[in-house]
This record gives sequence, C-alpha cells and structure tokens, in this order.
Amino acid sequence: MSEDAADGVGVRETVEAVYRSDSRRVLATLIRLLGDFDLAEEALHDAFTAAVERWPRDGVPANPRAWLVSTGRFKAIDGMRRRARFDGSLAELARRLDADTGAPAAGEEESVEDDRLRLIFTCCHPALPPDAQIALTLREVCGLTTEEIARAFLTGPPTVAQRIVRAKAKIRDARIPYQVPSRTDLPDRLDAVLHVVYLVFNEGYSASSGESVTRHDLSGEAIRLGRLLSDLLPEPEAVGLLALMLLHESRRAARTSPVGELILLGDQDRSLWNRDLVAEGSVLVQRALSSRRFGPYTLQAAIAAVHAEAPAAATDWAQIVGLYDVLARADPSPVVELNRAAAVAMRDGPLAGLTLIDAILARGDLADYHLAHSARADLCRRLGRTAEARASYERALRLTRQEPERRFLERRVGELPD
Amino acid sequence: MKYLCLIYDEEKKLGAMSKSESDAFMGEYYAFSDGIRKSGHYVAGEALQPIHTATTVRIRNGKMSTTDGPFAETKEQLGGFYLINARDLNDALQVAAKIPSARLGSVEVRPIMVFDQQ
Repeated sequence: MSEDAADGVGVRETVEAVYRSDSRRVLATLIRLLGDFDLAEEALHDAFTAAVERWPRDGVPANPRAWLVSTGRFKAIDGMRRRARFDGSLAELARRLDADTGAPAAGEEESVEDDRLRLIFTCCHPALPPDAQIALTLREVCGLTTEEIARAFLTGPPTVAQRIVRAKAKIRDARIPYQVPSRTDLPDRLDAVLHVVYLVFNEGYSASSGESVTRHDLSGEAIRLGRLLSDLLPEPEAVGLLALMLLHESRRAARTSPVGELILLGDQDRSLWNRDLVAEGSVLVQRALSSRRFGPYTLQAAIAAVHAEAPAAATDWAQIVGLYDVLARADPSPVVELNRAAAVAMRDGPLAGLTLIDAILARGDLADYHLAHSARADLCRRLGRTAEARASYERALRLTRQEPERRFLERRVGELPD
Repeated sequence: MKYLCLIYDEEKKLGAMSKSESDAFMGEYYAFSDGIRKSGHYVAGEALQPIHTATTVRIRNGKMSTTDGPFAETKEQLGGFYLINARDLNDALQVAAKIPSARLGSVEVRPIMVFDQQ
C-alpha cells in the first residue's frame, strides 16, 4: 500500500493519456448509443470523472475505451432515470436505451472506427451552414475548445458557441442521421468533408487576416483529420488532399523569415523544406494518381510535388502548366486560371502570363482578390512597366487583410525604381 | 418523422413551356406521386393556383387588412407541397430531390414540429 501515492500519479497520467488518444472515439460511440450530442458529451465527462476516481483504486481496466463507453452510457441512462421522476418521457427513453445493448462484441474495433466516420459525416452534413460545419468538426472530432476555435478564426467565443448550439439543434430537430452516407451519396458527401478539412488547413496555412502568415495549430488539426480520413476511407481524393497538405506543410519553415516576413516560393531556402513530409506526400500523390479516379485535390498535390522535388531554380514549369491544364478542366475556377497564368509566365515569360491575367481581370472575376493584383504587379515589374506595377501593388495593398502580406507588398512598392 | 416539402417554381418558366413540355412535366409529377405512395413516404400533397390568385390577410391594431398577392416580389413562388413521412433528413432529401421542380426551381424541406402531449 506504500506505493499508492506514486501509483495515483501514474494512473492520473494514464487517464490523461487515454483522454488525449481516445476521448473522441469514446464520444463518437456515445453519440451513436445515446442519439444526442449533448447527452453524449455529458456522459463522456462523467465517464472520465469516474475513471479518475476508480482507476487508482481498482486498477486501469484491460480495455479502457470499452470501460469508458459502458460507464458513460450507464451514467447517462442512470441520470435520465433520476430525472424521469419529474418527466415521464425520459423514463421511456431510458428504457429504450437500456434495452439497446449497443455495439456487438464481435467486430467492435470496426464499429468504433465507423462511429468516428459517422461523427465526421454528421458534423460536415451539407444541411448545416459551412461555418458551423467547421466549428462543429473542430469541436467534436478534433476536441478543440470553443475558445480555441474562436482564437483560430479571430471571432468571439460566443459567436462560435452559438454556431455550435444551432448546428446541434438542427441535427436534433431536423433529424440529421448519424450515419456514413450510402454508396450513391458518398462521393458528394466526401467532397463536403474534404472541403471542410481543406478550409481548416488553408486558414492555418495562409491566415486570411491577422498578425502572422500561418496558424500552425489549425494546419496540424487539418492534417490529423486528413490522416484519419485517408486511414478510414482511403478514397483517392482523401489521399490526394492529405498529400497536398503534407507537401504545403513541408515548406512552412521556409515561408517566413525569422521576423515573420513572407518569403515567396522562388526565394525560399530549399534546405529548410521538410524532406520527410515531401517524401510522404510524394508517395501519396503517386498512390492517388495511380487510382485513375483522382480529382482536383490530387492534381493540386501533384503540382505541389513537382515544386517540392525540384532542385533550386530548376522547376519543370512545362509539367506544372500541363497539370494546371488538367486541373482547369476537372475543376474550372478563376483562381486555378490565375495560378496557371503564373506558371505560364515562368515557362514563356512575363508578357505571356500578363496577357492571361489581364483577360481574367477583364472578366471581373478576381477584381477583389489581392493575389491577382499582386501577381499582375509582379509581372509588370519584371517587364519594366513601373507605373502599372505600382498601381497594381497598391490595389493589392488595399485588399489584403494580413499584416505580413501588407509589409511584403509595401517592400515591393518601395523597391520600384522612380 | 414528417417533413413538409415546399415547392418553389418560376411561374414565368412554367408559363413559357409548350403544351408537350408541360404535359411531360405533369406526367413526371404523376409518376413521382405514385412512386412515393408506393414507397410509403406520401402523406399529402397539393398543387397551388398561380400567385395572381393569392391574397394576404393580416390584422394590425385590431383591424383586418387584405392585400393582393404575397408580401414580396420574388423570382420563385410557392407552387405546391408534399407532406411526407421519412426516416430522417437524408431520407427526406432523397425524396425531395426527385420532385420534378427541384430541377427547375427549388424545394425547401422543413421538419414538422411535434408538440409535447401533456
């Protein structure tokens, strides 16, 4: 018994480790068993509270996750029974949940993984507004707190909390089912999930506003989600998106100077690129491409892989333009056209790129997109068209909301000859 | 669970259809209605007369006012509805997507509120 105190500390660490590794899995299963997000969150909390009390006394159970699920479920039903003395409908619900024994013992592992997919697809249901999909996914699937989500998106915690409350109310009241979509719906629904992951990554990779270029925590969460998805549902585009994120992430250390200034791809110190991430991303790109069922994420990843594998100043721009051609057909958008124009400028010279960018801007599509104007300014600068370059840099400056980008553009304007 | 599928059409588009086009469109509606009767989703459904037949009533300060038409001019008008029984929202959306007007206008799917019976 003299070891009790030391053991108590060890067990507490075990509980914390299990919380970090398994609380989202336990939550996903509890939502299925209890049929309600709020009930499941309360049950999850109760289950871990019970673990902190009992594990030091009784020892850590052989299967902590199963123990937490059954304890959480029991606590929820017990709580409902107690409240049922005042509310008859809860008694019926408690009886029903109690009779429902939940997951069969056989194939339990598979069912746990299915629960995690159910949770992701429910949080990213297209019937929920996009900002609520993001908030709910970060809250329920990633386990971020409301405050962390608010900080990451530079909004107030009450706004985020309200989005989450409303989303949960819609899930309950409109009866959005807790299920992985049927085979026929899967492609569209997976697109919606990948889009949420992509938005989270982008916000972390190139913050739309604020003091710094990147928000590492969000990119990290997006990559974790990407890994989870490509493990659970290895569809080519899920693999392609993971590859894309890893390849972008590989350049993080090279994208900003020690004082937080933005450094463009051509000026980056390539020795700072993370070779492990490049290697992992490249293998995944090949895997997705060889499926022959790939889409826009895989193509973007292929472009990123060409950049990542290029030795300094020897990028294969012809291949990149070719990939953008395929991408523009698979997923036409003005932003893809803009990127293609920048690649054409590298292959055929600035004038060829400028002609394409001016055609895009003339349509009015990207008139308010700061990167279109800064790309135009850059090509004008290289062509010696100083006055036009200055006007476009200034246009971009008025449109950007990010501090390092603003400083970068101001530096470029300052470097223009008079 | 019951859902109301509110069907919004552009009356102008429907009015511009030729006789054969509009017969074919109605034929699709008959086939759709038959289909959801057979599948057990159907509870009720009606088409509405065009918007020019609509009258809006409201009481303000105890006085009734009656005005022509709906409150706001919109591109799409409420043209009919189906009340359906569905397992969940996904099931309801599958049904709604098959309503012929989903291709031309839009269909709003709303769960029916259930009041506690005390």
